[in-house]
Amino acid sequence: MPTATTETFYEVMRRQGITRRSFIKFCSLTATALGLAPSFAGKIAHAMETKPRTPVLWLHGLECTCCSESFIRSAHPLVSDVVLSMISLDYDDLIMASAGHQAEAILEEITHKYKGNYILAVEGNPPLEQEGMSCIIAGRPFVEQLQEVAKDCKAIISWGSCASWGCVQAARPNPTRATPVHEVIRDKPIIKVPGCPPIAEVMTGVLTYMLTFERIPELDRQGRPVMFYGQRIHDKCYRRPHFDAGQFVEDWDDEAARKGYCLYKMGCKGPTTYNACSTVRWNNGVSFPIQSGHGCIGCSEDGFWDKGSFYQHTTDTHVFGVEANADKVGLAAAGVVGAAIGAHAAYSAIALARHKVAGNADPTADRKSSHAGAGDQQ
Amino acid sequence: MSTTPEDLLRERRRRNIPVQRRTAVYVYQAPLRIWHWVNALSITVLAVTGWFIANPPPSMPGAASDHFLMGYIRFFHFSAAYVFAAAFVFRLYWAFVGNRYARQLFTLPFWRKSFWEELWHEVRWYAFVEKEPRKYYGHNPLAHLFMVVIITVGGIMMMITGFALYAEQTGLGSWQDQLFGWLIPLVGQSQDVRIWHHWGMWVITVFVMLHVYTAIREDVMSRQSLISTMISGWRMFKDDRP
Repeated sequence: MPTATTETFYEVMRRQGITRRSFIKFCSLTATALGLAPSFAGKIAHAMETKPRTPVLWLHGLECTCCSESFIRSAHPLVSDVVLSMISLDYDDLIMASAGHQAEAILEEITHKYKGNYILAVEGNPPLEQEGMSCIIAGRPFVEQLQEVAKDCKAIISWGSCASWGCVQAARPNPTRATPVHEVIRDKPIIKVPGCPPIAEVMTGVLTYMLTFERIPELDRQGRPVMFYGQRIHDKCYRRPHFDAGQFVEDWDDEAARKGYCLYKMGCKGPTTYNACSTVRWNNGVSFPIQSGHGCIGCSEDGFWDKGSFYQHTTDTHVFGVEANADKVGLAAAGVVGAAIGAHAAYSAIALARHKVAGNADPTADRKSSHAGAGDQQ
Repeated sequence: MSTTPEDLLRERRRRNIPVQRRTAVYVYQAPLRIWHWVNALSITVLAVTGWFIANPPPSMPGAASDHFLMGYIRFFHFSAAYVFAAAFVFRLYWAFVGNRYARQLFTLPFWRKSFWEELWHEVRWYAFVEKEPRKYYGHNPLAHLFMVVIITVGGIMMMITGFALYAEQTGLGSWQDQLFGWLIPLVGQSQDVRIWHHWGMWVITVFVMLHVYTAIREDVMSRQSLISTMISGWRMFKDDRP
């Protein structure tokens, strides 16, 4: 554990100008966001007042920074303010003031001082091809920095689809061999927070949970926090009644689209995507893709770039480079087999008729005495 | 003046026509026959409703609260799926307690050379190369192979993928999720499982087409009964040559 001189979360917050009132509000909001009983607000507050804050190191690999963009736009300004000061990112080369050797010195310092007690947040992923040269941080391949910092961390948070699954840079044919974090670091607990980007409140919620309770939230089979990724977008979609009723948008500008019917037929991936968009929503809870009239593209799912069109429900299947659609191939196969059956049946009928004709011409047509039949015919 | 069957028989003997005795063997016991038709019905319902789940019918007019079309379609799909799964489990049980033909669906004499020779003979029969098919009490080897691959292996694949998808709505921790939920990350993601489940539907549809056609054709052209066998249980042979 850190030394006694280390500040608590609360002290850090107060130092950064957060009022006591705002702090208590944050604790209640966080308890609600995490689905905890009201009594937990007090527990969160107590934890924050007494526990020394856990440093978070935020590394950036191959990525587009959309995770950070999302994170700093955390819907409730209160949450964003508090969480930003709370985690008081010791290292985040994107938004930190220091640069160059100074910045790298912080990384060195934290990994030693808080050995085994800091959280590593990774945005993006390391490319492994060309000895990792496709992503250079401080003059070295990112994969080296990642491995060094990961060595003594308590846990890793994989921010976004890049760190969790690979995302666009790992899409076929993945020339740099961009590799998700869990395939590079195998000896640390990894929490995946996928999405392109993940929802701000989901990011802050996961962090807050880990920092206050000092444990990893409950994860599903793929390592995602169940509280935000336990259900599909489809399960909580406000357009779900239109799906159940059988009311669908068939064209982007049809009447159904104006009425806000289900986007299933337009290839909406809500039914196959685990995320909290339909409940938490985006941009201060204003909207989310489906509410804005466009189907979900499944950005928080594994390999979503390679899973076929965003606008098809029955997506194409990649077979050794050739794309095939199950319905098209299925219908064609059924047609071909049907035609073949017809032809085979016709030929069978002819063969049967011939057999019968031969049988009638020769009463001893049974094959035992077929030599006689052959004789008769000639 | 009337001709009795005995007269006809005498006449045939006189004219040196071989006498054909029709023999019959009891092959398919009643529970197995019931299973077959329940299975046929559930597969039909599953394929039709499955098609509509992937390609929903045109939009319903009016308010959403007046309709529940996709709900009903999905309900029938899931109901038929449970029937199919329960029937499959029963069928597995029947393989143990039923007669020897009840075991064919789950056993393939893969290492028996004569099986492949007879299978090749059957292929040649369908290609009009062989003049005459052979006689079999149970499935002919070609049918046997198809049954094992499509109904047993294919059926298991459809049940695993189907229950994995079903687990997505029963939720994490449900028994469907605990038994079958592992499949989704194994295959990739939910969309992959859906597409493979959908491919499975087409494989089974094409199989059903072939199955119905060959059953009718064999009934007409082979030396044994097919369709009536799955109704009465008796395999009738049209001649008594080996």
